[in-house]
Amino acid sequence: MHPFSYIRATDERAAIGEVSATPDANFVAGGSTLIDLMKLNVMQPTHLIDINALPLTKIETLADGSVRIGAMVRNSDMAYNETIRSRYPVLSEALLSGASAQLRNVATLGGNIMQRTRCYYFRDTAMPCNKREPGSGCSAMEGINRIHAILGTSSRCIASHPSDMCVALIALDAVVHVRGPRGERTIPFADFHVLPGDHPEVETVLEHGELITAVTLPPLPFATRSHYLKVRDRASYAFALVSVAAALDVQQGTIRNARLALGGVGTKPWRALDAEKALLGKRAGEAAYHAAAEIALRSAKPHKHNAFKVELAKRSLVRALTTVEAIV
Amino acid sequence: MKRAEEWIGKPMDRVDGRLKVTGGARYSADMPVNNVAYGFLITSTIGSGHIREMDTSEAEKLPGVLAILTPFHAPKMPKGSIKAQSSNQQTGSEQSGGQSGTSGAAGGAQQQGGRGSGQQSAHGSQFGQGSTGGQGGGQSGQGGPQSGQGGQSSGQAKRPPDRRIHLLQETDVFYNRQPIGIVVADTLDRAMHAASLVKVRYQPSSPSLSMKGEMHRAYKPKVAGGHQASPDSEQGDLESGWEMAANRTDHTYITPIETHNPLEPHATIAVWEGDRLTLFDATQGIFPARKRIADLFEIPVENLRIVTHFVGGGFGSKGPVWSHVVLTAMAARQVGRPVKLTLSRPQMFGPIGFRGETQQHLRLGARQDGVLSLVEHHGVVQTSVFDEFIESVGIATRMMYACPNIGTTHRAVRLNMGTPSYTRAPGEAPGMYALESAMDELSYKVGMDPIELRLRNYAEVEPESGKPFSSKSLRECYRVGAERFGWSKRTAAPRSMRDGNMLVGYGMATATYPTNRSPASARARLMADGTAIVQSGSQDIGTGTYTVMTQVAADAIGLPPERVQFQLGDTDLPPTPTSGGSQTAASVGSAVLLAGQALRSRLVQLAIGDRQSPLFGMSESEIVAHNGGIFLKSDGRRGEEFTALLARNGLPQLEARVDAAPGDEKTKYAMHSFGAHFVEVRVDPDLGQIRVARYTGVFGAGRILNAKTARNQFMGGITWGISMALMENTLIDPRTGRPMNADLAEYHVPVHADIPALDVTFVDEVDPYVNPVGVKGIGEIGIVGAPAAVANAVYHATGRRIRDLPITLDKLL
Repeated sequence: MHPFSYIRATDERAAIGEVSATPDANFVAGGSTLIDLMKLNVMQPTHLIDINALPLTKIETLADGSVRIGAMVRNSDMAYNETIRSRYPVLSEALLSGASAQLRNVATLGGNIMQRTRCYYFRDTAMPCNKREPGSGCSAMEGINRIHAILGTSSRCIASHPSDMCVALIALDAVVHVRGPRGERTIPFADFHVLPGDHPEVETVLEHGELITAVTLPPLPFATRSHYLKVRDRASYAFALVSVAAALDVQQGTIRNARLALGGVGTKPWRALDAEKALLGKRAGEAAYHAAAEIALRSAKPHKHNAFKVELAKRSLVRALTTVEAIV
Repeated sequence: MKRAEEWIGKPMDRVDGRLKVTGGARYSADMPVNNVAYGFLITSTIGSGHIREMDTSEAEKLPGVLAILTPFHAPKMPKGSIKAQSSNQQTGSEQSGGQSGTSGAAGGAQQQGGRGSGQQSAHGSQFGQGSTGGQGGGQSGQGGPQSGQGGQSSGQAKRPPDRRIHLLQETDVFYNRQPIGIVVADTLDRAMHAASLVKVRYQPSSPSLSMKGEMHRAYKPKVAGGHQASPDSEQGDLESGWEMAANRTDHTYITPIETHNPLEPHATIAVWEGDRLTLFDATQGIFPARKRIADLFEIPVENLRIVTHFVGGGFGSKGPVWSHVVLTAMAARQVGRPVKLTLSRPQMFGPIGFRGETQQHLRLGARQDGVLSLVEHHGVVQTSVFDEFIESVGIATRMMYACPNIGTTHRAVRLNMGTPSYTRAPGEAPGMYALESAMDELSYKVGMDPIELRLRNYAEVEPESGKPFSSKSLRECYRVGAERFGWSKRTAAPRSMRDGNMLVGYGMATATYPTNRSPASARARLMADGTAIVQSGSQDIGTGTYTVMTQVAADAIGLPPERVQFQLGDTDLPPTPTSGGSQTAASVGSAVLLAGQALRSRLVQLAIGDRQSPLFGMSESEIVAHNGGIFLKSDGRRGEEFTALLARNGLPQLEARVDAAPGDEKTKYAMHSFGAHFVEVRVDPDLGQIRVARYTGVFGAGRILNAKTARNQFMGGITWGISMALMENTLIDPRTGRPMNADLAEYHVPVHADIPALDVTFVDEVDPYVNPVGVKGIGEIGIVGAPAAVANAVYHATGRRIRDLPITLDKLL
């Protein structure tokens, strides 16, 4: 690990000021991604601003029925929050399917949004990686790529986004609240992460010094019928090979509204908007789900070891929708 | 005197349990050493080539950096250099010719695997004639005279070769993550930071990384790995065995590279005082390590002390001496202060051994009635370009089933990876996966229940040698296992069992592992206060050695276990073999038993010759020792406490020491443990996710010293077997040979949620021939057969036969 300085911030303004003033500075919350990557020399911030003391820990229902979650809310607190569990079960399930109990106890909402890829090559400084070292090349393309993305890839990067929580958030049309040196702004979750394109090193629209302060979940009554399916190599403590966040509004057997997002397959949390549209007005049932699954994976570009993800993602979508349909 | 068994076999809690769960147990890196500095390895990032330059200037400028040793300025170690082997060449056993003169005469010291000793059969001698000495000397091209042959003097226990290790004596790079330097600093963080700043300039060459790609260069090794057996065997007439078969299977099974990953990473603290060295080292074999390291530093073995109070798992990876241990000692000498080094988790992928890839071609033939007419097992395994280790996959096939025509071969392919090494049940674990999968396939061909097929071919004597088994309870294991598991509920056809939407499959397989024993010594000392200190070098690699030896000593002496303190893990104590090859309980247990009995006998002799003793004039056979005293068998009230006896005779203590060694029992008997695995899996028919739902394992493994720690070991073995079947796979970058999933998040082993409650039982087995303490060893057998049982269950559930492990869900889609 490279040497760094560390301070503990007690208010947002000071924390943002500290980071803005130093090019290589980072906020640190739970640290479950950042400290890990610092130990691997993958991230080498020179200055850490610890925001664990910031009072961004509330989960509140706002007047318009939306739910506002403070950026420092721990994953486990969010997962077990009664409002989240009852109104957005897909989010609670996604959170509880991630990492381990210990990690969920430290990992925060803001930190999880900033989680970085598990691409083997990104995490190993001995290997070229465009995301870690722009222009050095992508080792995964011709290397070991079983866990890599099939959607949203570019010729520079096929790293998959690892978060479970983000898959649920994008399905729920969450909004990210950030505050920076020039004030506050809100970013629709779908716009928060960016595709790798020619610049896989750029992962979000967040600017240096901007701090995630909260996420709001708009009211979505039919989200009470929602589900997160995670398919992985072992029963727990494994990243998704494929995951699906799904919500359905079915009335008299007809799909009135649907939400679908995929994890483990995209270079960013992947909303399957076309597939959602294809479901509207259809009879709920396997035929509609299969058709939607085909559409969701239409643009998939597999590599040597991850071709199975195309079929697995389709089947997972069907399974997730079938499961949601059965929720009373 | 007959042995009274009050404590042996009891499910006694671990005597070190409290220390472990409270953090009081000191593992090697925890040992308090004054003024210790911290070392960190630098490892290569290419798979093959040469180091042109290592620029240490930036690293050296950091505060606290004490030394950086690289191949360009490391101290010379004449016995520590390595050369590449030509691709079709057998490798000698020693790092350099000069070394073999000493390492062969290892006395009581056995290398991991430990099959050499007491196994003076055709297998043992293969090694002796073959690879010690000339070969190694010739190939390494330096390091003194080729006097290796002398190493095998006196027919003493032969130990398998040491691993060739990288000690900064050359600039060649043979594999990715090869140790190429060591940084020492005053803190760990500084050492790690400095290591990251060393810039290495390579001249890379193209590494050989694919078994498939190198198959044409496969060569026949001299011996089959840890078993030190002949690589090939042939009995009967293979072709006619194939011809006469009414049912045949002919398939290749592949197992990938598996990495041990004990919870405790390898760690060493080296402390020099003049030319005397103390090492606190996470090793499975303090005595072999001492010999090896003393030899490399060219110091007398008496000058080297190795202390290992606790080992946090080894599984074979801590058997041989690896580079980091010697480099730490080298660095400590260089900086003139103690140095501590712990491997990082990624550094445990490559430089400390692993289970190499195997490709096993099985041909089985059976008559209409299921009787085997042919068993052929041809293994090709990986080894390194600078050393040789052979995963001896075909050895168990030679002794498993009664069949007139059995053929096995072993071939090796040299790859630019670290040298594979002993990994729990080396040979048997992947070998029995292949054989027991093939037997399962055959059972469907014959149309016979898999258990019945095995019973039809049950070996009443060891097929290869014709020797009787010292004991064999396999039939009982099948019977008890089937009953406990509910095997009769199985419907034979694949995909015929379901639970709701889930496919259900039942699978079974056989387990076997040879019984090993090596020379070992022990000392038992009764103190005036009536407590005993019992000592034997050895090491407890998490298996419960402290506990079971306490039980054995307690019964042997006649003391309650709380009055026995068992000490181990120090080369100042009586010599013992490596804890490997499932031999510690047999070897050390026998020595402890005999030492305890000798001590008891001294006490009895003292009493019956002592006029003031109530037992004066009695004969030894009339007396029992119990609960800290000796008493007349026929009258429990007549006798006395040990304390009274010692006090009256003015003795501050009384001691007995025994050097125990195997006799000729292996020439008379075939000695193996056996067992049977039964598994139920649930498979999601759409998503391919496999979950093990139920598991029964039944074993006949001689005397069980402690039902609790034994069960624990079997559970560990089975868990690893499930892991091998479904998860483990070291992913090697196809261009650079770098292990890419080198951490515990990406290298998958089961979590609790993957393993159901395991039903583990033992059948009662009394074996009077194996060794004095009557144990067969249980460290490895739990894993053997388990992967096949799982794979067979997956086939039964899905109708899909996956012949390359691990069976991940993508293979079932």
